Amino acid sequence: MATETRQMFDTEELVINMGPQHPSTHGVLRVVLRLDGEKVVSSEVVIGYLHRGIEKLSENRNWTQIILLTDRMDYVAAATSNVGYCQTVEKLMQLEVPRRARYVRTAICELQRIASHCLWLGTHAMDIGAMTVFLYAFRERELILDLFEEYCGARLTYNSMRIGGLPLDIPVGWDKKVLEFCNIMSEKVDEYEELLTHNRIWLERTRGIGVITAEQAVAIGLSGPPLRGSGIPKDVRKDEPYAAYDEMKFEVPVGTAGDTYDRYLVRLEEFRQSIKIIRQAIEGMPEGPIVGKVPRLIKPAAGETYHAIESPKGEIGYFIVSDGKSTNPYRFRVRPPSFCNLQALPQLIKGHLVADVVALIGSIDVVLGEVDR
Amino acid sequence: MIDTYVIPLIKILFVLNATLIGVTYMVLLERKVIAWVQVRLGPMRVGPYGVLQPIADAIKLILKEDITPTRADKWVFTAAPIIVMVPALITFAVIPFGPTVHLFGRDVPLYITDVNVGLLYIVSVASIGVYGIILGGWASNSKFPLLASLRASAQLISYEVAVTMTLVSLIMTAGSLSMVRIVEAQNEANVWFIFVQPVAFVLFFIGGLAETNRAPFDMAEAEQELTGGFHTEYSGMRFALFFLAEYANMIVVSSVATTLFLGGYLAPFPNVDALNFLDIVPGWIWFLLKTFLFLYVFLWVRATLPRYRYDQLMRLGWKVLIPVAIANVIVTGIVKVLL
Repeated sequence: MATETRQMFDTEELVINMGPQHPSTHGVLRVVLRLDGEKVVSSEVVIGYLHRGIEKLSENRNWTQIILLTDRMDYVAAATSNVGYCQTVEKLMQLEVPRRARYVRTAICELQRIASHCLWLGTHAMDIGAMTVFLYAFRERELILDLFEEYCGARLTYNSMRIGGLPLDIPVGWDKKVLEFCNIMSEKVDEYEELLTHNRIWLERTRGIGVITAEQAVAIGLSGPPLRGSGIPKDVRKDEPYAAYDEMKFEVPVGTAGDTYDRYLVRLEEFRQSIKIIRQAIEGMPEGPIVGKVPRLIKPAAGETYHAIESPKGEIGYFIVSDGKSTNPYRFRVRPPSFCNLQALPQLIKGHLVADVVALIGSIDVVLGEVDR
Repeated sequence: MIDTYVIPLIKILFVLNATLIGVTYMVLLERKVIAWVQVRLGPMRVGPYGVLQPIADAIKLILKEDITPTRADKWVFTAAPIIVMVPALITFAVIPFGPTVHLFGRDVPLYITDVNVGLLYIVSVASIGVYGIILGGWASNSKFPLLASLRASAQLISYEVAVTMTLVSLIMTAGSLSMVRIVEAQNEANVWFIFVQPVAFVLFFIGGLAETNRAPFDMAEAEQELTGGFHTEYSGMRFALFFLAEYANMIVVSSVATTLFLGGYLAPFPNVDALNFLDIVPGWIWFLLKTFLFLYVFLWVRATLPRYRYDQLMRLGWKVLIPVAIANVIVTGIVKVLL
C-alpha cells in the first residue's frame, strides 16, 4: 500500500538539520534527519562543536591544574568529574585518602547527581512540553548550587577536589543545611512525580518510545541510567565501590522495558537513593584529617591506570599514563558517558517522529561539553 | 440613519478596541498566571506589577525590523498573518455581550448584529484562520515552518469535524442557530446548557484547545520541536499579528463557550430565588466573568500539561472525539423525540 501511494505521488525525503542552534538539542548537538513525512528514516549525529582539546591540553598541564579542566567537561556535574580524576591519580600514586574526605566526596557526588538529574528532568519535561516542571526542578537545583557555593565558592565549575583529599573542610553548619535540603528534596521528588508519572499525556509520549533492549544496550556500550533502564543493574558505585560507597546502604533501581518512561523512572528513583546516601554520609561523617599524605611535588612513577566512577550520566573513566619524568601526564584520555550514550541516538530515533527525537535526546541526557571535550 | 449606521459603527469601534486591548492584556495575564503557577513573579519592571508590559511589547514589535526571507513567497507571506487575524476579530460581530440596555433614550442591544445563522457564521469564519497558519508555513519556504503547516492542516481536519458535530447537538437543544436566541433559550429553559449537554461541553472545550493551537495541542508551533513552527521566519509586526491572533482566538472560543454553555450574559441560576440579588450585576459583567473563567483554564492547562504528539492528537480526534460527538447527536435526537 505504502509503495503504491509512493508511485502515485511524487514524494521525496525531507532532509532537515536539527541544531547546532536548535533549542532542544541541549547545547550544540547537530542531528541531520531524513524524514518521510514526520517519520525519521535515518539520522546522522554530528558532534565536535564544543571541542576544546581538553585531553591534549591536559598533557601540558601539571597534575593539579588538570582538576580545573575536568570541571569544563560535564559542566552540570563538575564535582563528579573532579572526584573521578583525583581518584585516578590517587590510584596511580597509591595514595591513601582519609575517611572523612571520602565521606565528603560521597556526599558531594550525590548532591551533584541530584543537581544534574534536576537539570535533566527540567529540560526533558520541557522538551515534551511540560514547562512548569522545568522551573520546579531548577528551583531545587538552585538550593544545591547554594550549598556548593558555601562549600567551595563556585556555583558551576567547582574545582572542589584535590589529589589525596579535599581543598577545604566542610564549613561549620553545612552538614545541617545539607540534611535540611534532603528533607526538602524528598518532598519535591514526590511533587515532580505527581505532575508527570501518572499523567496520561506524559505516559503516551514516553511509553514504548525509543526502546532499547538489554542486549542492544550492552552492545552499544551504554552506561548509567540508560543502561539500567533496560534492566541491567550495573552501577560502578556498587560493583567497584570508591569513596565511601562501600559503607553506604542503597539500591540500584532498574527498569524493565528500556523505553523513555523507564529511563525516567530510574532517574527519579535515583533522586531518592541519592538522598538516602547523602543522609548516611552526613550523619556518619567521621572526624579526622581531610588530606592524606601527599608529596609536595606530584610526580607519579611511570605507569598507567584506568579508573571509573559513576557520574550522573553514566560511567566516567580516566585513562592516564605517566612517564615518571615530567610533572604532567604523558597521555590523558577520558571515557565520557555522554559520548558513549550518544551513540545510541540514531538507533533510538529511527522510525519515530520529530517530536520523539527531542524527547529521546533528553532521555539519554547528554552534555555536549563532555561529548566533545 | 442613526439606527442603521451610527450606532452599529460605534459598537463596532468599541468592540474592536476592547478586543484588541483585551488581547494585549491577555498576553500579560498569561505571563502572570503561568509565573504564579511556576512560583515566580512574571513581568514586574514596566509599570507597577508590570501592567504596562503589553504597551512596551507592542512598541517594540512595531519598531522591529520586518524581514521577509528572500526565498519566501512575498504576497502570501504578507497575507498569512492578516488571514489569521481578521477572522479572529470579525467573529465578535455575532456574540451577544449583554441584554438590551437603555442608553440616551434608545434601546441598545449589546451585540453588533444578530444573524439567524450566527453559530454557522462563527464556525465558518473561525476555520478560515487556520488557512493563515498553513499559508504562513508554506510561504516561508523553510523546512520547520513547512512541517508546522502540515501539522496545522492535519489538526484542522481532525478537530473541525468534532467541534461542528458537537455544536449540532447543542443547536438541537436550543432550537436555533442565532447566538441571541441560544442565550434566550437558556433563559426560558431556566438552565444553562452545560447541565443539559455536559458531554458536548467537554468535547467543545477540548476541540477549542486544539482549534486555538493551545497546549497540550500546540504542535503547530511547538518551539521545542519545530523552533516556533509556522512563525519561525516571521518578525516584527507580522509576527505580532500571529501572536495576538492566538490570544484573540482564545477569547473567541471562550466567549462562544460562555454563550453556548454558560448562559452568556445571564446571572447564575435565575430560577433560584435566593440568588435574585445577583441581578444587580449587569449582564455584560457576568459575560466577562464567565469568559475570564475559560481563559484562566486555558492558561492553567498550558502551565500543567505536556504536549501531545501529532499522531496522538489525530487519534484522539478521529477515534474518540468524533464518535462521541456523533453519539451525542443521536442521543440528543432520541431524547428530543421522546420528550
